[in-house]
This record gives sequence, structure tokens and C-alpha cells, in this order.
Amino acid sequence: MIPGRGIALAITMLVIAILVIVPLSSIVLSMAGITPEHFLAVAFSPRALAAYRLSLGTALAASAFDVVAGVWLAAVIAGERSIAGRLLNACVDVPFAVPTAVTGITLVTLYGPHGWIGSLLARAGISIVYTPFGIAFALAFVGLPFVVRTVQPVIATLPREFAQAASSLGASRATILRRVTLPLLAPAMLTGFALALARTLGEYGSVIFIAGNVPFKTEIVPLIIVTRLEEFDYVGAAAVATVSLVASFLLLLAINAFQRRLIRLRVAE
Amino acid sequence: MKRVSLVAAFLVLGVLVVLPLASIVYESLRLGLGPALATFADPYARDAIVLTVLVALATIVVNGTFGVLAGWTLTKYRFPGKAVLLTLIDLPLTVSPVVAGLAVLLCFGSRSPIGAWLQAHGVQVAFAPLGIVLATIFVTFPYVARETIALLNETGRELEEAALGLGAGVWQTFVRVTLPNARGALLNGLLLCNARALGEFGAVSVISGRIRGLTDTVPLHIEDLYNEDNLVGAFTLAALLAVVAIALTLTRSALEHREPSGTRSGP
Repeated sequence: MIPGRGIALAITMLVIAILVIVPLSSIVLSMAGITPEHFLAVAFSPRALAAYRLSLGTALAASAFDVVAGVWLAAVIAGERSIAGRLLNACVDVPFAVPTAVTGITLVTLYGPHGWIGSLLARAGISIVYTPFGIAFALAFVGLPFVVRTVQPVIATLPREFAQAASSLGASRATILRRVTLPLLAPAMLTGFALALARTLGEYGSVIFIAGNVPFKTEIVPLIIVTRLEEFDYVGAAAVATVSLVASFLLLLAINAFQRRLIRLRVAE
Repeated sequence: MKRVSLVAAFLVLGVLVVLPLASIVYESLRLGLGPALATFADPYARDAIVLTVLVALATIVVNGTFGVLAGWTLTKYRFPGKAVLLTLIDLPLTVSPVVAGLAVLLCFGSRSPIGAWLQAHGVQVAFAPLGIVLATIFVTFPYVARETIALLNETGRELEEAALGLGAGVWQTFVRVTLPNARGALLNGLLLCNARALGEFGAVSVISGRIRGLTDTVPLHIEDLYNEDNLVGAFTLAALLAVVAIALTLTRSALEHREPSGTRSGP
């Protein structure tokens, strides 16, 4: 028994309360005076609904893309012990390291009509800035490291015996991938997907520059909160934030559950 | 087959990562080195850099201290509800930065009872540096704690119990036994926390009020300059932030490569 449990626990809980719980609950408490009907009307106004649909759609698409691209990249990097592999490995951290506002102005400049890539796309008649596709693109960029870094350690410790056994029994490469490798990777892929989704759903800085921010078309959820605040509509901002907060909390519980499965699986090996 | 996929990976990461980094440098130096360096002669840019450094320092002091305390409390003692406490520490990881900023604003702004009380005692939080610090602390809250908890969980309680059995006090055990053990995780968490704190945008933009020279941080100032069409200025500050953040992250990966311990809280 180590003494000091009471005081250590008390201080830890006090810090969490002051810095996290009290601020978060004040979002809900700030709407104390309004009726449930009023809350529903502002939290689910047509403009807010359009933003939920856009944010959820682009974040889901971006995270799904990140799972596919991330698993592939993690597999390439895991099989490569050379300098090239380590270079690729370092590159994966960059979207996570670079501040979101820097990502935002860089992507819009690069993919804008006068940018290096944007001008090429424009010649082909494709425009991605100020469209939902541009939003999904920025989100995919931001979410990619979360999938790679979750899947990578699992790929590195993947038992080879199963694949070898399947191969000796006559399974094709595609069958091994589908029936053996992917099921082993599934918990890590799910965790990576949920982590990327959590990050991309709330993402602000890297998106607002490329989004165009037109209500009903390219207005994401965090932006609607900022817009309401600029109009001094604190209830409107708090109502949308409450919906966003509920989604964050559910995602956190899902991530915790997936991670427990991931750890159990790795321990079982 | 292997060579083809390696080349493909280089192409994808080249377009996704290297090209954007190159374009930051290109846009910054577009008119030559002089105009780029002139960005730093602007007093508002200097004020923004000073404020950002101070906010990051305050953030890593608070979150570093809490991280060590949480690591100790959650791994050295048995108590009910530990999983709930862990979930609460992780909560800021999935909350949108904008919602985090709003939480600090509604909690400590002049419209709330806490904020009104603080204001009556001369403490301004909303639209002031203190609010920026609180919002940044919220966003980076779990980073150090997750690292120290993971590491101290692996090392167990035996060393501390041995120290106590040999007659050391709790504080002495903490400082001489636990803290040296947690050093790697603490450093790792602080690097991550610092990188995020320097670049935080969404949370800070809600609480700052953007008073130039007073509550404008570097990421906010980048947006100001970009919206004023001062692209050279915006991308020069962006290059500065990107270089610092990438250096911090690479240091962290290098350290992690040397001593693989704990689980990463970043990707």
C-alpha cells in the first residue's frame, strides 16, 4: 500500500473538473433558460441539419479513404527497412505535426485555380476548392496519420503462420488477404477509422480556407458555431455545440471499446 | 511488385506531403528573401510570436504537472471508477477545438457567474491571454497524462513499495523513484503537447477576440495576413510554425525509436 491515495485522487479530480468538466458543462448550463422546443428548433434548424449532413458525410468519406490508403501505406512502410522506408515513415507524421491553419492556407493555395496542382486540374475542368470534395480532401489529409499509426504496429507483429498455412492449403493471394490478413487487422482498422473520424468531424482550421463556407452548401459544423458566436447568438452556438459534444463522447466510448479489443487480441497472441 | 508499391508510396506521399511543404517555402520566398524577412520586422508579428511562446510555455507547465500527477494517481493506487477518470482525461481528444474554445468562453466569459466573479476581482479571461492559455490547455490536456499513465502502468508498483519499505517518504519515493522512471514518457508527452500548443487554431480563435498586439497568436495572425492578401507574410509565419512543429515531432519519433515504451497518444 502506497500512502497518499486520498490527497492524490482529490487533486487529480479537482484539476480535471476545473480544466475539462466545468467548461464543458457550462455549454449545456448556458442554455438553462430555454425550452426543449426552442433547443430542438435551433439545434436542428435546416441550416444546422445541412451542416451535420455535410460534416458527417465528408468526415466518413475521408476516414474511409484513410483506412484504405493508411493500411496500404502501413504495409509498404512495414516491409521496408531501408532509408526509403524511414523517409516514408517520417512523412506520415507531417499532416499531424503541421498546424491546422498552415495546412488550410497551403492546401487552398496549392489546389486553388492558380496553384501548382489546381491549375492542372482547372485545365481538365476539375475544381476542388470551395466544394464538398475539397473539404473531404483536407479532412483525408488530416486523418491519414491516425490510421497509419494505429495499423502499423499490428502489421509489424502479424503472425506469418496463418498466411503460410492458408497458402500451403492452396489459397490464392486474394483469398489470404480477404480471409486471413484483413480479419486480423480489422480491430486496428476500426480503431484507426474511429480516431480519424473523431479528428475530422471536429476539424476547423484546415477546412475553413478550402471550404468556401456557403450556408447549406459548404458550411461545416464547427463553422456554424463560430458564425453563431459572431452574431452574439450564444444559445444557437451552444445548441449546435451540444450536438457535436454528444457525437464526440459516443465516438470516445467506441474508440475505448475498439482499443480494448485491440489490446486483448495482441495479448492473446 | 515490392519496388512498384514503394515507388507508388513515394508518389502519393510526395504529392500529399512534400509538395505542400515545398509550396509553403515557395510562397514565402516568392518575392525574395527581403520581403519574407520583413515579416518579422512587423511589431504585430513579433507580439504574436511572443504570445504564442508564452501560451505554449504555460500550457506545458500545467499539462506536464498534471500529467505526472495523473500518472502517479492512476497507476500507483487502487480505487473504484478508474476507467471513468481515464475516459474523462481522454475526452478533449475527440472534442472539436471550436467546441473547446466555446466551453472556455461560456464558462469564464463575463456572461457566466464564474466569469463575472473573476472580472469583479480584476481577472479577465475571455478575449485575454488567460483565456487563450485555458483553451490551449483543454485541447492538449490528455497528451502528457496518456504517456505517463501508459509507462507507469507497465513499471508497476514494486519499486515504489520497495522504496517505502526501506523507509523513504511518499514525496521522496515520487521524486527519486517514480519521476526518473517516467522521464522518457514525460518528455515524449511534452514534445507532443508543445507542438499542438504552438499551432492551436480553432479553440484559440473562438476565445481570443483577436486584438492585435494583445491576443493575436501566430496561427491567428497567419489567417489575418492571408485574408489581407499578404501571402508572403502569411506563408513566412506558416513556414516558421511548420518547421518548429515538424522538428518537435521528428525529435519525438527519434526518441521513441530509441526507447520503445508505452503507447503513443498521437498517431
